[in-house]
Amino acid sequence: MDNYGIVFALAGAILAALLSGIGSAKGVGMGGEAAAGVITEDPSKFGKVLILQLLPGTQGIYGLLIAFITLSQIGVLGGKSDMSLAVGLLYFGACMPMAFVGYYSAVKQARASVASIAVVAKKPDQFGKAMIFSAMVETYAILALLISVLAIVGIGSLNI
Amino acid sequence: MSQEQYIYAVARIRSKELALLDKSVFEQLLSCKDYKECLRILAEKGWGTSADETAEEILLSEREKTWTLMRELVEDMSVFDTFLYEIDFHNLKAAIKQVYTSHEFDNIYLNNGIIEVETIYDAIKNHDFSELPEYMQKSAEEAYDIQMHTGDGQLCDVILDKATLDTIYKKGKETGNSLFSEYAELRVVIADINIAIRGAKTGKGLEFYEKALAECDSLDIKQLTEAALTGVEEIYEYLKTTVYADAVEVIEESPSSFERWCDNLIIKHIQPQKYNPVSISPLAAYILARENEIKSVRILLSGKLNNLSESVIRERLRDMYV
Repeated sequence: MDNYGIVFALAGAILAALLSGIGSAKGVGMGGEAAAGVITEDPSKFGKVLILQLLPGTQGIYGLLIAFITLSQIGVLGGKSDMSLAVGLLYFGACMPMAFVGYYSAVKQARASVASIAVVAKKPDQFGKAMIFSAMVETYAILALLISVLAIVGIGSLNI
Repeated sequence: MSQEQYIYAVARIRSKELALLDKSVFEQLLSCKDYKECLRILAEKGWGTSADETAEEILLSEREKTWTLMRELVEDMSVFDTFLYEIDFHNLKAAIKQVYTSHEFDNIYLNNGIIEVETIYDAIKNHDFSELPEYMQKSAEEAYDIQMHTGDGQLCDVILDKATLDTIYKKGKETGNSLFSEYAELRVVIADINIAIRGAKTGKGLEFYEKALAECDSLDIKQLTEAALTGVEEIYEYLKTTVYADAVEVIEESPSSFERWCDNLIIKHIQPQKYNPVSISPLAAYILARENEIKSVRILLSGKLNNLSESVIRERLRDMYV
């Protein structure tokens, strides 16, 4: 049972990358559809709608970052990978904020991006304001990233 | 159908909405010296397909443009059926009249219905109603029999008009979409108010109201019938107890004011779709907005053609979606 520590730790890293990645793929896809709709009618708005399309893509990068840090910490990328079940579960838990918040914030940010793309379609001069609405959702992905990083890094110094 | 399927379509519609004629364009059209100048401005706005088109051809081509765009954006056009039953029933009416008179008439059928005009015409001509959709069969047969046996064109129309309203109401509610559902409700309410007022003014009896008035949620047909049997004032009193109390003032003003009020009511109900980023509703709202725009341009052009004053035309123009 003690050997299961690494299994949980690895599962946490995979879920962080997986769920955030799925959320971002879904989000960027939705943004892309809306952007394509605008470009069909007015190709000059490409630059603006591209930025809005890409906003939900950051969660995937955050998930990748968390997975990468976790893999380094648990020794999967080299080094010693022995750990107790308790430590493995701690790593698993530390990855969860990024996994879940990453997925949901990407999907919700995509909805905001789609709405912002509609604003740009009608009022391109309001691009800055439209982008802020979508960017606000990013806050929660960043908070989740921060807490996951602090937790993963902190686990190493715990005396368990 | 998932709402996310319409993201591309709604984004395109948002861009298309920029080309809708707004109040300022109508002001420009109103201030035109004559009808030809109006046509020139409309051509500048991209209306019509060629320079030598007549006003009616321009309006037809604009309607066609809307439906061509929708066919491009939506794979399954049956989502818009709520708007199209009226066309089919109109074509059914026209086919019955054509078969009854045994004459060929030009331009009596409308395009872009759900069922092909030929199918409707063949069904009536061959007296084979099974070729028609189920919701149409019973009323088509009844209307056909009345027209053929009694020659009563008005009763034939009453039966088909009620069937149209019943179908719009039933199918609109079945969509589960709030826009189609509200549209169906308003179409029936507006028609019922019109029927009651006209019936009261011409002294129609109970049998007429039973045949003509269609069920809806926001009006009590029984109370409306009782009011209509008593007189127009009673209808006004009844309407004042409903959510359509505003209608009384405009009905008293003139029939054209009431028509304008009805169209504006539908536009008012679809306005929130301008801010809806997903679902079929913004597309449906765009269709209604275009129909409303085309109707306003038709009113304006016929006003200009008949040298009506700017104020007379202005009071007939509808509120715009944008």
